[in-house]
Amino acid sequence: MSFSTYLVRRLMHSILVLFGISILVFLIARVLPGDPARVALGPRAPEETVQRWREWMHLDEPLHVQYYYWLANAIHGDLGISLYSRQNVAIDIKTYFPATAELALFAGLIMTVFGVLFGAISARYSNTWVDNIVRIGSYVGVVTPAFIFGILFLLLFGLVLKILPTTGRLGYSTAAPPIITGMVTIDSLITVNFAAFLDALKHLLMPATALALGPMAQEARITRASMSDNLKKDYMLLVSAQGIPERLINFKYLLKPSLIPTVSILGLDFAALLGNAFLVELIFGWPGLSRYGIQTMLLSDLNAITGVVMVLGIVFTTVNILVDIVVAYLDPRIRLTGERLQ
Amino acid sequence: MKTRLRNAILGSWETFRRGWYKFSRNRLSVVGLFAVLLVAFLAIFAPYVAPHPEHAGRYVDFSEQHQPPSWKYLFGTDVCGRGILSRIFFGFRFSLMMGMVVLALVVPPGVILGLIAGYFKGMWIDTVIMRVTDVFVSIPPLVLALAIASVLKPNLFNSMVAISLTWWPWYCRLVYGVTSSLRNESFVLAAKVTGASTFRILFREILPNCISPIFTKMSLDMGWVILLGAALSFVGLGIQPPQPGLGTMIADGAKYMPGNWWVSIFPAFAIMLVVLGFNLLGDGLRDVLSAEEV
Repeated sequence: MSFSTYLVRRLMHSILVLFGISILVFLIARVLPGDPARVALGPRAPEETVQRWREWMHLDEPLHVQYYYWLANAIHGDLGISLYSRQNVAIDIKTYFPATAELALFAGLIMTVFGVLFGAISARYSNTWVDNIVRIGSYVGVVTPAFIFGILFLLLFGLVLKILPTTGRLGYSTAAPPIITGMVTIDSLITVNFAAFLDALKHLLMPATALALGPMAQEARITRASMSDNLKKDYMLLVSAQGIPERLINFKYLLKPSLIPTVSILGLDFAALLGNAFLVELIFGWPGLSRYGIQTMLLSDLNAITGVVMVLGIVFTTVNILVDIVVAYLDPRIRLTGERLQ
Repeated sequence: MKTRLRNAILGSWETFRRGWYKFSRNRLSVVGLFAVLLVAFLAIFAPYVAPHPEHAGRYVDFSEQHQPPSWKYLFGTDVCGRGILSRIFFGFRFSLMMGMVVLALVVPPGVILGLIAGYFKGMWIDTVIMRVTDVFVSIPPLVLALAIASVLKPNLFNSMVAISLTWWPWYCRLVYGVTSSLRNESFVLAAKVTGASTFRILFREILPNCISPIFTKMSLDMGWVILLGAALSFVGLGIQPPQPGLGTMIADGAKYMPGNWWVSIFPAFAIMLVVLGFNLLGDGLRDVLSAEEV
């Protein structure tokens, strides 16, 4: 099987999965106990109105028909009205998504760069004090949930030392850059507004680090383990005997294959990141999709919940495809044969 | 194969002694074991060891509101004047219960589906089961658990249901991996040739080989499930006040920072202790059980 066939099959599989996610999300909103029409209109709405709503939303038809209507509307960008904002959920998602994307991208960057860096340092200087510090640190990182990091940072840097802002994306005194991508850091760079950029970066630092530390520790542990495994392999002795420069050995022959397991779990780490964003956005008052998600969840706003979960499912599925492509690039056994290794 | 099953179940003294030797060589595993035993002890005997057991539930004493840590209240008091330390002990109860109930709900169906899918690899039933797990693991677990918990009535039991629905695919995948690699091994073929039923092959021949990885995963998962439960209760979709959920306590205290830092910080450390304990214990068990394979 060639690599392109592998890629096509991988994409087909993802489309199937997305389809499945839409069914699952739909079922969560419709089958689990509770009457969606009653939930939408509140306990005091007259029965007539509730009945009319049912008809309007096709709630009195069989499930597969309901699903058809829901999916057809969703594809046309109509995710229903949110009880929280009283407007189309799609508009809300468009408003809130960039903030979460910015946070997740920044956290993802921190987790990947520093995770690999610390892992590599730890493997290179294994069983020295540097290694021990990294290993202990990564243990603490793995077992500490993001929301606890969030609370600790908030207390220490935000409230006691007062060196970082505790809430929002920009300070009150900073003029917001015009919305281009919706990500404040990028928008302020495009419009060459460095004051806003720095302020946005300051606001990003705590929530992004709180999100990144756990997955980063995971990445560091995996990188360390796979690098120290590969260091012991015979081919390492061979390449050094061939007189290949140490820099080239370290990057091309040691780091590159060692990154395969690291990249493979990036997908899972990103999932943890997206989930934890729900709590971290709440802690830091970050006006993103996750905070919107939590607020709508507390109201049992079914349309908004299905919309948010669906979007995050799509994001995560896309990340998984990217991860698989990078792994295939790093691993010639997949790139050349298209076979997935067990 | 069979002797190992018997050893695993009866836990003969020799196996235990060797296992303990291997386990205790890693000091961190022993630390993990002690952390878990400590938490379990405090949880079980909470009504006797907690200095103020009446503070676990609906109790208000505004004259003792927001007391900093002192000899009377080692970890201080919350907005209702309830001792944080006592509430943490009772919080451990709910946490451990959460972990055990979720694993009890998740492991049997996950394992059975994994066995079936793995044994009938390539047939339609494998495709159906494994594609369904693909869908479940394609939504970040915390997001899925929050979504399910939010459409149910928020309480402890429903948060357990929500977490269980997100967790079963991992056991299914684990057992699927082992089963599909063993299905053509000679001992399975031998059983088939002698006319053993599919049921017998699955549960008596293949399942015993999955026990070690399942146990290791369960011990690691206790920590993660407890964490997920704390996350749900942190946002208000899990255990409800006045019951002392560790996540709920952290969320309550966050409102009174930085002045009354103890309200949040001690429950936060309590969660870290539980997760760290089960993690170290799980790593230790993995060392012992995977070495036993060889």
